[in-house]
Amino acid sequence: MKGPFDLRSYTGFRAITVLCLIVLYAPLIVVTVYSFNASQSLTNWEGLSLRWYADVFTGPESGKFKIAARNSFVIALIAASVATAIATLAATGMVRGGRFRGRALSFGLISLPIMVPEIVLAVATLIFFNAIGFDRGLLTILLAHIAFCIPFAYLPISARMQGIEDSYEQAAMDLYATRRQAFTRILLPLMMPGIISGFLLAFIVSLDDFIITNFVKGAGVETLPTAIFGSVKQGIKPNIMAISTLLLAVSVVMVTLSYLVGKSDNTK
Amino acid sequence: MPDPEQIAIDVRGAVKRYGDFVALKTISLSIMDNEFFTLLGPSGCGKTTLLRMIAGFEDVTEGAIYLFDEEIETLPPNKRPVNTVFQNYALFPHMTVLDNVAFGLEMRGASRPEARTRAAEMLELVQLGAFAARKPAQLSGGQQQRVALARALAPRPKVLLLDEPLSALDLKLRKAMQLELKHLQRETGITFIFVTHDQEEALTMSDRIAVMSAGELQQLGSPSDIYERPANMFVADFIGETNLLDVSVDRVDADGATCHLGGGHVLRGVAGDGVQAGAQVHLSIRPERLFMSETPVAADGLRGQVRENIFVGTDITTIVQLDDGPDFVVRTSNSDRGNKRIFDPGTAVFVNMEQGAARLLTG
Amino acid sequence: MAAGAASGGSATTDTYKDTRTWLLMPAWVTLSILVLAPVLMMLVYSFLTKEFRGGVIWDFSLDAYDQFFFDRGLFGDDPPRIEWTYVTIFWRSIWQAGVATLFSLLIGFPTAYFIATRPANLRPVWVFLITIPYWVNLLIRTVSMKFLLRDQGPLNDALIGIGLIDSPLHIVNTNLAVQLGLFYSYLPFMVLPIYAAVERYNFALSEAAADLYASKWVTLRRVLLPSVRPGVVAGCILVFVPSMGSFLAPDLLGGARNFMIGSLIEEQFKGNAGNWPFGAAASMILLSLVLIILMLSARQQARADKGGG
Repeated sequence: MKGPFDLRSYTGFRAITVLCLIVLYAPLIVVTVYSFNASQSLTNWEGLSLRWYADVFTGPESGKFKIAARNSFVIALIAASVATAIATLAATGMVRGGRFRGRALSFGLISLPIMVPEIVLAVATLIFFNAIGFDRGLLTILLAHIAFCIPFAYLPISARMQGIEDSYEQAAMDLYATRRQAFTRILLPLMMPGIISGFLLAFIVSLDDFIITNFVKGAGVETLPTAIFGSVKQGIKPNIMAISTLLLAVSVVMVTLSYLVGKSDNTK
Repeated sequence: MPDPEQIAIDVRGAVKRYGDFVALKTISLSIMDNEFFTLLGPSGCGKTTLLRMIAGFEDVTEGAIYLFDEEIETLPPNKRPVNTVFQNYALFPHMTVLDNVAFGLEMRGASRPEARTRAAEMLELVQLGAFAARKPAQLSGGQQQRVALARALAPRPKVLLLDEPLSALDLKLRKAMQLELKHLQRETGITFIFVTHDQEEALTMSDRIAVMSAGELQQLGSPSDIYERPANMFVADFIGETNLLDVSVDRVDADGATCHLGGGHVLRGVAGDGVQAGAQVHLSIRPERLFMSETPVAADGLRGQVRENIFVGTDITTIVQLDDGPDFVVRTSNSDRGNKRIFDPGTAVFVNMEQGAARLLTG
Repeated sequence: MAAGAASGGSATTDTYKDTRTWLLMPAWVTLSILVLAPVLMMLVYSFLTKEFRGGVIWDFSLDAYDQFFFDRGLFGDDPPRIEWTYVTIFWRSIWQAGVATLFSLLIGFPTAYFIATRPANLRPVWVFLITIPYWVNLLIRTVSMKFLLRDQGPLNDALIGIGLIDSPLHIVNTNLAVQLGLFYSYLPFMVLPIYAAVERYNFALSEAAADLYASKWVTLRRVLLPSVRPGVVAGCILVFVPSMGSFLAPDLLGGARNFMIGSLIEEQFKGNAGNWPFGAAASMILLSLVLIILMLSARQQARADKGGG
């Protein structure tokens, strides 16, 4: 139904939605565009160029950024894998484990990392490692990342599992499959889109984390966000635009993948 | 070989409780080998619970269930030679139709090629050979139903459990599948236990029916037993349509009882146990066992007036109000072969009962 | 079916009832050690004595909380007066977060509503468009925002270019910049829960209201809004809570005069000037505030559920 009698549409809401998208995307687009600026200065536009991308890989700061990038990706890969494994098991226990005392408590514990303000979690983690005398470095970053990645992996996995009726597993067991076979042959394949999507989200969250990493990293250990922050503190330089654009592209690609996988239905 | 004298499933005093809630009060019944057995009742009556107890998805709170003289309570579902056709089929959505049907065979230890060959045969049996490579979502509801059937039959279970398998299909398809199921059951010689809330479906397909309500067995018998000789008010009311009247018993003799309604109407009915002179009981008579006439046909003709005729296609339903008495629903076949006699509203008529069609029920 | 409701129909099923302890164990252990224990340890640290080079001395002390609320002069022997510095920083954080939440609501509600009334097959695409920016590194987004808003940045260039203003607007290093930064950081959190609520809303209710002579805006206010209120409350909390404790937006966009809790806490753990017990105490106070807000909203939500709303 269109026109003045359409109860669902309100004048101005479409315009506000467009405004919302502009607000969300304008800064990202501006940074992407300016990363291709040939000028040495930030303000003048002097035509398209890839010089700042070249600078990222070969410039004076390239060594620092390469190490930081490697750290970031290694940590994200391990943290997301471990968190996804833990989250998959936990989701099975929560969604297929019946009602039990402590279910709400378990859910609270799993979602704790997203409920506690990030700065508080950062302080707490720093204090914890200090109290047990654990030297700060890559390992402390990894451990902290595993913990806060768990809820991000858990949510899409458990959502997917809730959407799978248990009659499939019952049918498998009715057809002589053991419970283990019902899990590996029926439940796991059906859950796979949720698991992949959970892994990708955990990966991005780890890759992007600044605040907690900044607290628990040891002196001299950098990930991409902390390295970028260090540079930005001395003023925004064009090479930061280029590196930001690269990182932005990685995130957008991974989220898009996660979206497509999550949407894909392996039942057709 | 199936032996019709042998008991396939023996339910002995089975009880099911969820906490304080009693889903199934003590139930005992024997289902014979090679029988098409139906558990019939309204939703929440416990029929699905009983089926799931036989399949192994629910434990038995008290009592025991025997499969061919073996206690099966301790067996998990994957060790019971019993297969289920689930209400929404539960076809594995990520597997092809062929792999779905082969699944049970593989789990029982058949090699993959072996399982697939046998699965292909089963698909031919349900006329879906051409669809083997498809995914379940690409099939129509009726086709999915057949795949579910083929999948459950492929491992040659001793007993097949069917949980309202036709409820998702439209009326025409449902009718066709009813006949096909009956046919498959005869052909395979496997005991079918069928759960439904649709009394017409139960009457059409079953060798025997167990009518259940509120976790209790109300009546067990052949379709005609249950329809013609309901054991109690619930069965009379639930199966088909009936006139239920409150009457007082005047006299009980060898071939029935004489009783009366308010308004001085006298009727005769077949008396069950516990019907005694002076008792208040219920009389049940099916509308199609009544007919109308302008003059009384027998001594127990009931005088009344036609209130309304309702045209329902195959039949014409007439509501007659007895003089100083209750309404009667009379059904007349819409055919010129029989004694079709329709009276206009307002006409004074007599309502007559066929011999032995009225039954007196105490509960 | 009774059996169906007890075993198959509800959201949880019990196929793995007997092994659930083992399935949940890794999550329990990991999160207890790496999240729960640290938070408890932080509580302990807030009651310890500060070590001047960073870290703590294991002596019980209330100094951290005392310093937060009371001013005892330079040498600590004056009669205590209320210390306003830190309370002001907290109050500013709440205010900034509140304004950012209001901005988000004003933009987020119409957006969420608009998306929820698109054809069902297009909705996920819209939701996806709204969520993408959230997954881009917060640091990069904040830096981008700063770049965009700078005195010589593209926004001012554009506004001068079209002749709307003569000289650049000074936005960076103001409260407004922080509010805009927070608004931008968490806007998707406002849109998503409201979207979910509106999508579930039964539009027959609006039709019934219209049928009973309510105008469209009255229908929105009297029928739709009360129905989707839980989504609106959830959205506001999801924006407000992280805004209050945020560090990047005030640090990069706000400058020294627009200090918020996040920066105050961060400062206590950097370099030798830090005061760990004080930082822990400030974190505990922030965490308590957040927990109170979450508990209040959970209680209100529970009451709304019970009331059949």
